Amino acid sequence: MSLNNIQHIVLVLSGKGGVGKSSVTTQLALGLSLQGHSVGVLDVDLTGPSIPRFFGAEGARVRQAPGGWLPVPVHEAQTRETRGGNNNSGGEGADSSGATIGALSCMSLGFILPSRGSAVVWRGPKKTAMVRQFLSDVLNTLDYLLIDTPPGTSDEHISLLETLLKDVQPPSRLSGAVVVTTPQAIAVSDVRKELNFCAKTGLRVLGVVENMAGFVCPHCSECTNVFSKGGGQAMAAEFEVPFLGRVPIDPAFVRLIEEGVRPSYPEGTMVGGREAEMRVKGNVDGEPSDTADKNAPLVQKYTSCSLYPVFEGIVTTLKQNVEAVS
Amino acid sequence: MAPSLEEPAAQAFDSPQAALEAPLKAQPKLVAPEPEHCPGPSSSAAGTASSCAGCPNQSICASTPKGPDPDLPAIAARLSRVRHSLLVLSGKGGVGKSTFAALLAQGLAGADPRAQVGLMDTDLTGPSIPKMLGVEGEGVHVSGEGWEPVWAEFMLPSRDDAVIWRGAKKTGMIKSFLRDVSWGALDCLVVDTPPGTSDEHLAVNSLLRDAAPRGRLDGALLVSTPQEVALQDVRRMLDFCRKAAIPVLGIVENMSGFVCPKCKAESQIFRASTGGARALADEQRVPFLGAVPLDPRIGMACDYGESFLESYPDSAASKAIRGVVRRVTRAMALRYGEEIMHI
Repeated sequence: MSLNNIQHIVLVLSGKGGVGKSSVTTQLALGLSLQGHSVGVLDVDLTGPSIPRFFGAEGARVRQAPGGWLPVPVHEAQTRETRGGNNNSGGEGADSSGATIGALSCMSLGFILPSRGSAVVWRGPKKTAMVRQFLSDVLNTLDYLLIDTPPGTSDEHISLLETLLKDVQPPSRLSGAVVVTTPQAIAVSDVRKELNFCAKTGLRVLGVVENMAGFVCPHCSECTNVFSKGGGQAMAAEFEVPFLGRVPIDPAFVRLIEEGVRPSYPEGTMVGGREAEMRVKGNVDGEPSDTADKNAPLVQKYTSCSLYPVFEGIVTTLKQNVEAVS
Repeated sequence: MAPSLEEPAAQAFDSPQAALEAPLKAQPKLVAPEPEHCPGPSSSAAGTASSCAGCPNQSICASTPKGPDPDLPAIAARLSRVRHSLLVLSGKGGVGKSTFAALLAQGLAGADPRAQVGLMDTDLTGPSIPKMLGVEGEGVHVSGEGWEPVWAEFMLPSRDDAVIWRGAKKTGMIKSFLRDVSWGALDCLVVDTPPGTSDEHLAVNSLLRDAAPRGRLDGALLVSTPQEVALQDVRRMLDFCRKAAIPVLGIVENMSGFVCPKCKAESQIFRASTGGARALADEQRVPFLGAVPLDPRIGMACDYGESFLESYPDSAASKAIRGVVRRVTRAMALRYGEEIMHI
């Protein structure tokens, strides 16, 4: 059973679709990896797998090895690149925890599908079987396994939980769930259901992330609350679960994912509560997005993203909460 | 466990067609969970497919009377006075399917006071239509204003309770939405769906198709946001529609562009790096119905259950939505060569 070689298993859940589960999973993985842990990402969104695209590994295929499937590697363990300007910006805490980057690999149905446009029209029992196979046949030796889930509380979630609760020994290695929401009431009302799902199944909630909280206009640096604000924090307080943080919308992150462009910001850009830090970062890092950079690994480019310091905080809190369980 | 890379892959990709075409029959009572490659207990291959060998349910499935689902006439009778129906689909979650379904229904109903519009929410594990229409907390009811709301949530004890249902149960629920609800005379039934391509979609599609032989399922409206991550899922949805022979009325691009309330400059929150939904529509040869800009007031109106179209009739988003509604109406009416429905 391949789950035996994984130290901590963390689920990323949300009742609502499109709140950024995959994007939060990606950034948690990058954040953990930048703190020196080996990380695996398992995408159980079978009808809409997006993890391959997030990690820029769309063309990759799963390889077979004796005893199971090999996940697709995103990057190997490496020492952190120190480039002139990045040296300073990287020094905000990551260096203290070691300048190594942990290996990152991922597994998704997208790596098995024949083409990216073909629909997966599966009924429940088939999805159940696929989820079980992902958990049992993928060979992983990891500090952290992040599991990205589809929206809702249905077959994939039931099968995932059933298998994990049965097979993970000791149970403390199943650390719990990170619940993602956007701030508006419609999303929160769906995500409350997800928190109840966790309660019913006895899954610990490691924390709530409020995603898409505010959008910083790239023209005037004015922050607009596109999907209102504070809903996630209020919900976390009501359900007495930890609140991990608020993540603004950053079009530069989308560009990083979609086009592989290293993020750069106009001077004085502020991102939710991190004004000073960001301003320094923006200035120090102020090199224009050079195209020669395109082939640099995602994890290196991500350190220039305004969301990196935000996620660094979230990852640190998450790690504390995970340690508290085990 | 022995690795089996080929086995699931080979079986997986010939199955969509089988899953889609399986005619429905009565769902038998099962004694054990369905096995992995179960053809579906209500399919015509139930009990006879190769994967049924050894399944404890086999004799039950095999002995259930074959032939059409006995509920189909009841559903057909219920829907006999529904003139048009359309699905709001998107492979991706959170692109605004429910918002758009609600706005579309309000737009259709608002365009003509005589129009009767129904809205069915088949997202059972995350129903949001009740909140958007401001009828959260109400039981199942019928009002004279053109709404006949019915949602799973109205049957739940508390709005926070999770619906933790597997596929078969969801199929049953959707069937009873169509069979047990008095939809009455409707000009249009708008069906909101959950993200993905799974049980709910198969159920809605096969029930509407089989219960309404005249083909009252006018087609599907696909909603997407401009970024490639979302378009990818929409591409899968188009593949689903093609396999299921659902006509695609067109693609709507939601959340395209955001106008900063301070400096009035427009920026792309979800960057259309591959040309957005318009390019996808061209590539796939389906109509492009319009782009609706991201307006924070839409979200707020939904949170408070107000009608955005009535509250801000002059906003750019309202104009865009009305444009889409007009094009949808035209597309549906043209398909049958009927008069444009009262709008």
